[in-house]
Amino acid sequence: MIELLAATTSSLTSIPLGITQEGNWFLQNAWLIPLIPALSFVGILFFGKRLPRGGSELGIAALLAVFLLSICTGFAWMDHRDNFHGEEISQTIINGEHGEHGEHGEHGEHGEHGEHGEHGEHGEPSLAVVNTATWFVTGGVEFSVGTLVDGPAVMMLFVVTLVSLLVHIYSTDYVAGDRRFTHFFAFLSLFSASMLLLVISENTLQLLVSWELVGLCSFALIGHWWEEKDNSNAALKAFLTNRVGDMGLLIGVTILFFASGEMIPDSFGSFSIATTNTLASSGLLSHSTLLIAACCLMAAVMSKSGQFFLHTWLPDAMAGPTPVSALIHAATMVVAGVFMIARLYGVFFEGFSIGGSSINLMALVGGFTTLVGACLAFVQRDIKKVLAYSTISQLGYMVMALGVGAWTAAMFHLFTHAFFKACLFLGSGSVAHSVHSFDMKSDMGGLRKVMPQTYRTFIIGSIALAGLPPFAGFWSKDEILVGTGGWGIMGGTNGNGSYTFMLVMGMITAALTAAYMTRCVYLTFFGEFRGHGNPHESGPRITIPLWILAVLAVFAGFLNLPKGFQLVPESLQERFGHYVEPVAGYFPKISHATPSWSLAIISTIIVVAGISLAWNYYFVKVEKASKESGQSLTELPDGLTTRLTIARMGHTLLVNKYYLDHLYTGIITRAVKEPIAELTYRSNQEILDRTVDTVGRTAVRVGQLNYHKIDQKIVDGFVNASGRISSDSGEELRKIQSGKVQSYAAILFAAATILAGLLIVIV
Amino acid sequence: MLLNQFLILSAVLFSIGVYGVVTRRNGVMVLMSIELILNSVNINLVAFAAFREAIPGEVFALFVIAVAAAEVGVGLAMVLLLYRNRRNIDLARIDSMKG
Amino acid sequence: MVGFFFSQVQGLDPLTSDEVLVAQNVFFGLIALVMILAALKMVTTENIVHAALYLVIVLAGAAGMFILLGAEFVAVTQILVYIGAIIVLFLFGIMLTKGSFGTEEGEQRERNRMAILLGVLIVAVTSGSFIDSFRDAELNRQAPSTTADIGDTIFGQFIIPFEAISVLLLAALIGSVVVARRDQ
Repeated sequence: MIELLAATTSSLTSIPLGITQEGNWFLQNAWLIPLIPALSFVGILFFGKRLPRGGSELGIAALLAVFLLSICTGFAWMDHRDNFHGEEISQTIINGEHGEHGEHGEHGEHGEHGEHGEHGEHGEPSLAVVNTATWFVTGGVEFSVGTLVDGPAVMMLFVVTLVSLLVHIYSTDYVAGDRRFTHFFAFLSLFSASMLLLVISENTLQLLVSWELVGLCSFALIGHWWEEKDNSNAALKAFLTNRVGDMGLLIGVTILFFASGEMIPDSFGSFSIATTNTLASSGLLSHSTLLIAACCLMAAVMSKSGQFFLHTWLPDAMAGPTPVSALIHAATMVVAGVFMIARLYGVFFEGFSIGGSSINLMALVGGFTTLVGACLAFVQRDIKKVLAYSTISQLGYMVMALGVGAWTAAMFHLFTHAFFKACLFLGSGSVAHSVHSFDMKSDMGGLRKVMPQTYRTFIIGSIALAGLPPFAGFWSKDEILVGTGGWGIMGGTNGNGSYTFMLVMGMITAALTAAYMTRCVYLTFFGEFRGHGNPHESGPRITIPLWILAVLAVFAGFLNLPKGFQLVPESLQERFGHYVEPVAGYFPKISHATPSWSLAIISTIIVVAGISLAWNYYFVKVEKASKESGQSLTELPDGLTTRLTIARMGHTLLVNKYYLDHLYTGIITRAVKEPIAELTYRSNQEILDRTVDTVGRTAVRVGQLNYHKIDQKIVDGFVNASGRISSDSGEELRKIQSGKVQSYAAILFAAATILAGLLIVIV
Repeated sequence: MLLNQFLILSAVLFSIGVYGVVTRRNGVMVLMSIELILNSVNINLVAFAAFREAIPGEVFALFVIAVAAAEVGVGLAMVLLLYRNRRNIDLARIDSMKG
Repeated sequence: MVGFFFSQVQGLDPLTSDEVLVAQNVFFGLIALVMILAALKMVTTENIVHAALYLVIVLAGAAGMFILLGAEFVAVTQILVYIGAIIVLFLFGIMLTKGSFGTEEGEQRERNRMAILLGVLIVAVTSGSFIDSFRDAELNRQAPSTTADIGDTIFGQFIIPFEAISVLLLAALIGSVVVARRDQ
């Protein structure tokens, strides 16, 4: 409800933002959470090497502290969500043409505010707790730092601190004895600090800063073993690919800043996430501005969250130590893009017109990525790469879910995926730790007997990823499929639109996921051992985190049992959605699809079908062939790829990762790099030479025309002389490159003086 | 007094400093010539401060002196290192960047 | 002599302003001449210790110029920091890096000619522009700036640059120790 202020300021109205400054101590002082790991980073950096355990104890203590703080914050939030009735902050805005448009135009239903109670399915409003401080003021623009604590932020705090804590503990064993042990833990701490800062960012500028910080940590940790060229290349690739998207983020943030400035009196703009979202989701900002901003931000999501076609850095990032892959490249950092969409959902929801459409850029990118990633996971030999492509595929799932308006489902999948994917990654690390290789085909096999703990947790993680009930992955995946709302034929109700195409892509991916995980499990744990040495079970510092994550992979799904699920009382349904999904001014009004048994059963059948197909191939046929040939095989000697040309072509395409890397390095980079090199080369060789040559040739022609019979030699001499001049001048220029500092200084001074002289003459 | 007499004096000192930087082959001499350049800049700054009757010009001159002290410290340390590694500080012989 | 200039600038002297101006110009001419000659000797002399001593003369001359311009605090700092500290540093540098230098070769002589050309070019460009812009702008400062004024400005308006300078000096200190120390 837009209320008019006093008559004197009739052109100004105020709009509730859905935030408050009051609240529990934990909610107001969330800034402590990123601060503690940041301090631990500094502490490890300066004193780490002198500590008895190389600084790891400092990191673990800091993470333990913030984990406990996050849990307290979580409970404080749950209490706040249900029982808070404080004052809501409003933003004064100009009631201009946009405002009128917002009230009566096509976004009319979003123009109304403060009536959350009427939306029965949204329930009571949840006011996010904001705490800001002015950072600096320049040119009339106030830059603030602060915390915005609400459902998604609290959820991310829990996930990041828990996984980070477990990874810290795991790493004390995994990287023990490494020459840069302390450095490793310092960067883990810095990463945790940046990621925690990102999730509680109050404004987009702070988001951008922490976004870059996590990218930096990712770069440093991928290149942890930089002595090998491959690793430092992978780190560079990750960093540069991310830079492409960061540019989009920067532009998008700038656009949003100035767009919101148009609505706020006496201000250039606002970086505040709550204000931007409120203005966007109430239809006060023009749709085309939001579309452009959303597209720019989408580029950032594509690079950070590994969406097709900027995903190529993520598999290479597996060059980093495995705990890093688990923490950064599976559970937390790569979901930063997904989280950013969720954070600025008002912008994306309006910009891409998610409500009531049947296709949009975000859903398409996500849907495509999930298929592409799942296909690629089939042809990998490296166990970590299988998981990496699986991560890409699952991130695609989340982006697709956000694209179809299933916000809660996406967040829930992020939540469950963090646990089972971290479990799988750490499991693969445990395997690699004992066989000293990541290659499934040549160095693994039959490990279930020697590594029972790792085997069991890996199986649990795989089932959760494949999505068999009642494991966590089933519930979140099913919610996304429901959220597409593209299944009117099966008796469900529409959500925000009918995204049938996305539903089909999701279903196919579910089958593919089940199948490639079956393949991965077979190659790693079944058959006979193909490597060298004696693999052994890892120590407790590795298996205990695995078991904690495995337990979560089983039970996390029960946090968000679907509405209308008859087997449990209503008070236990949709708890996750209730506490995590904001019902406030800064969040768009999204509608929820109602789940149904039929879809759940169909998706389960599809998953089982995927598993059975892979089972039939590996556990039955390959096993039999192995027995016959007397050695542990990894594929059938006369498989499809050897028999069918088209299958072989598909296989080649996948092995070469759709030739995307060739496209980037071979074609695009060369297309950019070579002309520059070429240009400099030519400016030497051709432009200089050719100018002189042309002069000479023109002279020849003139000479032939005018003095045809008189003197060929003068002309020739002229041409030769001009050629010699160019070669001599090149020779002279080469002398400048003497390597002598003073010659350089002389040239510098001379050039500066001449330029100054020119400037004086001109001005 | 004219403003210009100070400015031209500083220009002359500056160019002498540049001459020293370019021609002298001893590393310490080059550093001393740089000091000359910085001093001519200081004269310029103080002259303008007097001309505009503004204090910041003088403050800047003080900052330049402080930076010059830092520069001499680091510069001489580098010269010492050079001397230790090559047994001479002839800049003409240091041409490992030759192209 | 310093006291003489002080009284000149403050206008407390019984001399008329014209006489003051003449005296100032005479001293300017003298100091400038000495500075330029010393600077030329400095960059041309073969003996490096002599060069350092010539540099002392130039720096002292610059301090005199600062007093003429009414900037006494800068002049005192100049003497303290430059002549007191930096020159000593240079002398130590010279002492520690005794090396032999070959005679000037043909290439070197050619370079000297180019450098003279460069110097003349710089003087021509800068002087030309100075004369063009400040044709006969008079310096008519009423009173020299006091140390209190400078203190106020540094610790008020320029407090952040001042702190930055202090960090820079610390960095330079650590940096030079790291660069110059012997490797273990």
